[in-house]
Amino acid sequence: MRQFTTRRGVTVGAALALVTGLTAACGGGSEAAQTPLGQDDVLTITTFSDFGYDQLIEQWNADPERPFTVEMTKIADWDPWKQALTQKLQAGSGLTDIVAVEGDAMPQFLSEGASDQFVDLADPSVEDRWVEYAYQNGQTADGKQVGYPTDAGPEAFCYRADLFEEAGLPSDREEVEAIFETWDSYFAAGEELTAALPGTKWYDSSGSIAQAMLNQAEFPFQTEDGTVDVENPELELVWDTVTSYSSTLSPRVVQWKEDWTANFTNDGFATMPCPGWMFSNIKSNAPEVEGWDIVNAFPGGGGNWGGSYLAVPATSQHQEEAKQFADWLTDAEQQLAAFEAAGNYPANVEAQQSLAEAGATDPYFNDAPTAVILADRAAAVEPGRPYKGDKYSDILGLFQTAIQRVDEGAAPDESWETFTQAVESLS
Amino acid sequence: MTTIQASRSADTAPRPTGTPVPPAGPTWRQRLSQWDFRWSPYLYVLPFFLLFAAVGLYPMVYSGYLSFFSWPRYGVTHGEGVGFANYAHVLTDPVFHKAFWNTVGIFLLSSVPQVVIATVIAAMLDTPLRGRTWWRMSVLLPFVVAPAATALIFGSIFADRTGLANELLRAVGLSGIEWHSDRFASWTAIATMVNYRWTGYNTLIILAALQAIPRQLYEAAAMDGASRVEQFFHVTLPSIRPTMLFVIITATIGGMQIFTEPRLFDTNLQFQGGADYQYLTLTMYVFNTSNSGTDPYPRAAAATWIIVLIIVAIALVNYLVTRQVQRRSER
Repeated sequence: MRQFTTRRGVTVGAALALVTGLTAACGGGSEAAQTPLGQDDVLTITTFSDFGYDQLIEQWNADPERPFTVEMTKIADWDPWKQALTQKLQAGSGLTDIVAVEGDAMPQFLSEGASDQFVDLADPSVEDRWVEYAYQNGQTADGKQVGYPTDAGPEAFCYRADLFEEAGLPSDREEVEAIFETWDSYFAAGEELTAALPGTKWYDSSGSIAQAMLNQAEFPFQTEDGTVDVENPELELVWDTVTSYSSTLSPRVVQWKEDWTANFTNDGFATMPCPGWMFSNIKSNAPEVEGWDIVNAFPGGGGNWGGSYLAVPATSQHQEEAKQFADWLTDAEQQLAAFEAAGNYPANVEAQQSLAEAGATDPYFNDAPTAVILADRAAAVEPGRPYKGDKYSDILGLFQTAIQRVDEGAAPDESWETFTQAVESLS
Repeated sequence: MTTIQASRSADTAPRPTGTPVPPAGPTWRQRLSQWDFRWSPYLYVLPFFLLFAAVGLYPMVYSGYLSFFSWPRYGVTHGEGVGFANYAHVLTDPVFHKAFWNTVGIFLLSSVPQVVIATVIAAMLDTPLRGRTWWRMSVLLPFVVAPAATALIFGSIFADRTGLANELLRAVGLSGIEWHSDRFASWTAIATMVNYRWTGYNTLIILAALQAIPRQLYEAAAMDGASRVEQFFHVTLPSIRPTMLFVIITATIGGMQIFTEPRLFDTNLQFQGGADYQYLTLTMYVFNTSNSGTDPYPRAAAATWIIVLIIVAIALVNYLVTRQVQRRSER
């Protein structure tokens, strides 16, 4: 019996020693040791949706002169990647050498604490490369450059000319501009079209219209000093408008999900807000549909939806090379190639200029002069709108969820109540 | 030290009667084989315990420790101790309450039909069928399909506007069901995915138990004039009670941990289990909490420990009920 107890003592002791050993092994090591990359070593990058980089990276890797090879991970949508990125940042491991960050979430990563997890990319040689507001939105208050802007998201409207015609609306690119003049004229035309075509709704989802209107607001969620304030007239206007049209003009589906995708091919809707990066989504969801066109107008002026950044996590072991590659990707030539591949309108000034000069058109969208349209739309954007505080992305998600509840049949008042409670519990 | 220990163990070791006592102590070879006999079994089971300590025990203990601290978002280390504040937050969170009832609902909708159907299928597979092995292997087929693939397939079947399920309902003149916004409908849809995946697995386990039942019992019952159905209820079911217990307990644990199916079923871009948390489960709650703005890790750790206590409580109830049932049947 005594023998047994001693033996058990030894086993327990060994197990404890092991556990403490493991604990010690897991902790420590905050500064990533830097290792140089050779020609065949791999630099890793994660993007989401379509950045138009596939061919660029292929081209880079095929070049015998390249200093290292690159491997890209593509995540389908931003939202799951946002969760993975946030968690891996908190865990302090598991991220690639370059990560793509969506513009709306950028302020959250610029906040104190979060920005420490990224490398400062500031470099005098590239400072003037981008339109100023895009560059500054990737910068912390004390001037640390966390991200290099890739694209900007000036919005036009895409519309189905064939459905417009069927409903007796004007369908010509210049003629429809009147419809997209103001939000009032836009919704009025929507009521006309849905009355004529009972199987078709006016826009693709309540969420995208809410997003478009939000992008014109000045302080939708947070005041300039960062105080959360969601009970303001600007936000309430967006809420009232979108929820009141939920049952008539909206197909009441969630963007990016099955029902939304299906509506592209079964004439489910006739218009949608269209930043450049949306082009590739429309083409891949409706490759066979003829009749898509783009109007050079946006209700109420302009709006910028999205636009992304490339950032280098502090955990990267190849920070120099990562910076070098992010620099290369955001240079004019590569940005032009990305526009060609995916329609992502560059934030790069030089690339914008040469796009305007070349006047590229897109055969899919009835030969619309996409480059000119997006340049005009970019000029209509009021810089700094909306103000994005550190909680912008989180509250935006809750707001979209609140709209989804109304689409699913909840009473707007109740859904609003749930929304304000959820916002409160954010802090 | 070693010599003393070795000679003592040699003295105390039982010696088969009749063997002559060796003149000196045991030889090196003998000692080696003694050590081998005594310690090897521990070495064989050690890898499991090492692995368990590293990936099971340590995270559990550490998350328990963590649940009493604050941790700023993107912080590198934890902050000050806060006592039971994280537990209080989780327990008073209405979203957590919703997640609890969702999990219980999905669990009941999946486990109960699953065990009943698995038993019936197993009983049918236990009869002399033609191509028996083929039938038995095919019930396991859904289990081999990756859960993510299953969820994607069912996600498009249960799409609210364009899904196959609603197309079928409309084809027979019924109105479609809002699979994602109606709470009960969403539970049903998720339970269907779980049942699709796990019924075959449980069928095979129950089938193995069925085949261990002595055939004479059936012959005797048949001679007494019991029908096939009566045989099933009076011979089959009582004989496989221990296996049923195993199936029920593993289904309970699996049910409380359900994550993949509801997560991939989710149409909400925040993955909060439906716009109104209709099908947010407990594990999804933990996952999302670990991603929230304030004290993400400690609150998630506290939620985890609350779930552990819930599972232990359910297991305890399970144990007491089955002991009661066992006693009654022994009487």
